[in-house]
Amino acid sequence: MASIAPVATSRRWRKPPLIRNPLVRWVTVIGALTYLVLAIQSVTVNPERLARGIQRGQRILAAFLQPDFVSRWSDIQAGILESLTMTVIATVIGIIISIPIGFGAARNLAPLPIYLFCRALITLSRTFQEVIIAIVFVVMFGFGPFAGVCTLVFATVGFLSKLLAEDIEEIDPAQVEAIRATGASWLKLVTYAVLPQVSPRLVGLGIYRFDINLRESAVVGIVGAGGIGATLQTAFNRYDYDVASAILIVIIVLVMATELISGVVRARLQ
Amino acid sequence: MLRLQHVSKRYPTGNQALKEINLTVPEGQVVALIGPSGAGKSTLIRCVNRLVEPSEGQIWLRDTEITRLSTRGLRHIRRRIGMIFQEYALVERLSVMENVLSGRLGYVNFWQSWLRRYPQADVDNAFQLLERVGLLDFVDQRADALSGGQRQRVGIARALLQDPDLLLVDEPTASLDPKTSRQIMRLITELAQERGLAVVINIHDVPLAQMYAQRIVGLRAGSVVYDGPPEGLTTAQLTTIYGEEDWDRNRQADPADEDAVLAMVAQDAGQPRPAL
Ligand SMILES: Nc1ncnc2c1ncn2[C@@H]1O[C@H](COP(=O)(O)OP(=O)(O)O)[C@@H](O)[C@H]1O
Repeated sequence: MASIAPVATSRRWRKPPLIRNPLVRWVTVIGALTYLVLAIQSVTVNPERLARGIQRGQRILAAFLQPDFVSRWSDIQAGILESLTMTVIATVIGIIISIPIGFGAARNLAPLPIYLFCRALITLSRTFQEVIIAIVFVVMFGFGPFAGVCTLVFATVGFLSKLLAEDIEEIDPAQVEAIRATGASWLKLVTYAVLPQVSPRLVGLGIYRFDINLRESAVVGIVGAGGIGATLQTAFNRYDYDVASAILIVIIVLVMATELISGVVRARLQ
Repeated sequence: MLRLQHVSKRYPTGNQALKEINLTVPEGQVVALIGPSGAGKSTLIRCVNRLVEPSEGQIWLRDTEITRLSTRGLRHIRRRIGMIFQEYALVERLSVMENVLSGRLGYVNFWQSWLRRYPQADVDNAFQLLERVGLLDFVDQRADALSGGQRQRVGIARALLQDPDLLLVDEPTASLDPKTSRQIMRLITELAQERGLAVVINIHDVPLAQMYAQRIVGLRAGSVVYDGPPEGLTTAQLTTIYGEEDWDRNRQADPADEDAVLAMVAQDAGQPRPAL
């Protein structure tokens, strides 16, 4: 290679702009700014309402600093028990349903029609947020924990079968081939070559889903699907902010406790 | 015993892995299948138990035409064909005993297999085989706790517990050190002789094949190019199988790659690599 000759004049260099055409560039910038100003103006901020809101906020905050566990303790207790019951039932049923769906949704195990069907179910379940599903179930079955259990089962199935199917699709095919070569039927193939490879993850995911369900059970209660969320909603409606505060604290403690326990259990499993 | 007639295999990707293979293996014979990688060795042995479906041709085991069997019939014939794999293919999270007993999956019913309640005769045989391969002390260990050589012994015990007539062996020593490789080859051939099994072994280590097999079949690009005794494998024959000329041409076909490698080597020699 020839050596580079020293350059007499120093050459200028600037980072090239994102949009090369200067006209397009400036029109874009000015357009965006105009839109922003107009958008801010369209949000009518009513100073009077703002002030009232802040006042109310202060009252709520004051009440929250003095949580009242005592006066409605039996309601709170009943709510928690209901939530826990909902969570346990929904998680167990959810796991039982998601295992076959998860196997059906694994491309390396299921024939195409079954695969597509199971994938469609999973997508349906995952498309909607729990609260929306809860509203639908409340409309179908009326207020109460049954609607809540249905919601949680539905959400659990979407979550668990998807992750299970993905796990199954990543198993070591050599182990499957070896068991198939012994003359094993499909069911034996699944129990000997697939389950041992995915069961630790399945148990871990099940426990993880348990603590998601506990959290969700509080949320779906707010739209009328039973549990501690319903108790919380009642407290807010009665302006019992101190009771609401107590409930929130109970929920936080409960969720933290299950998270801690599930973390320990899952760590042990590995 | 085992008879392949006009067996061809073309993968959906268009790869013609096997072309018109004709092969007969009599009872008690140990055949080594050699050839460069991609020659179709593992496709060939997988066609025998139809882990890979042959596209054309017939395969017979004794009086059964394997290629015509239904799913159920195929499961039954697979019990008569033991298979040993390259990376052992043990179920890692199951114990040694469970892995060995899985050789009986084709015989027991679902609940027996699910509850691990195998017939006493099967358990006795499993213990006997584990003793024979020297793994009695590892019965309840998990398979992933074993060394490579030990795992392959479990694989051998699993295949033999099927009580097969035919043993298909796919690169049994590819992940083992030379000494263990010999021990494994000796074990397989001894056990096969004791039981009078026909054996087809895929192997790329030619000296090892010559040492333990009674017959060598050389495969190249999906066709049989050598079929004879181990002594008959001359340098010329090996060239036909492994193709020296091809090797040279391939190298010349990609001079850019070679230059790049040379440049990298030169650079490495010039400047010490930064420590990682
Ligand atoms: N599952 C597969 N799909 C498509 N082509 C394959 C597949 N398995 C093997 N082949 C092709 O078939 C040929 C033979 O491969 P293989 O039987 O694995 O050879 P060997 O065991 O001698 O290395 C190769 O060209 C390989 O690319």
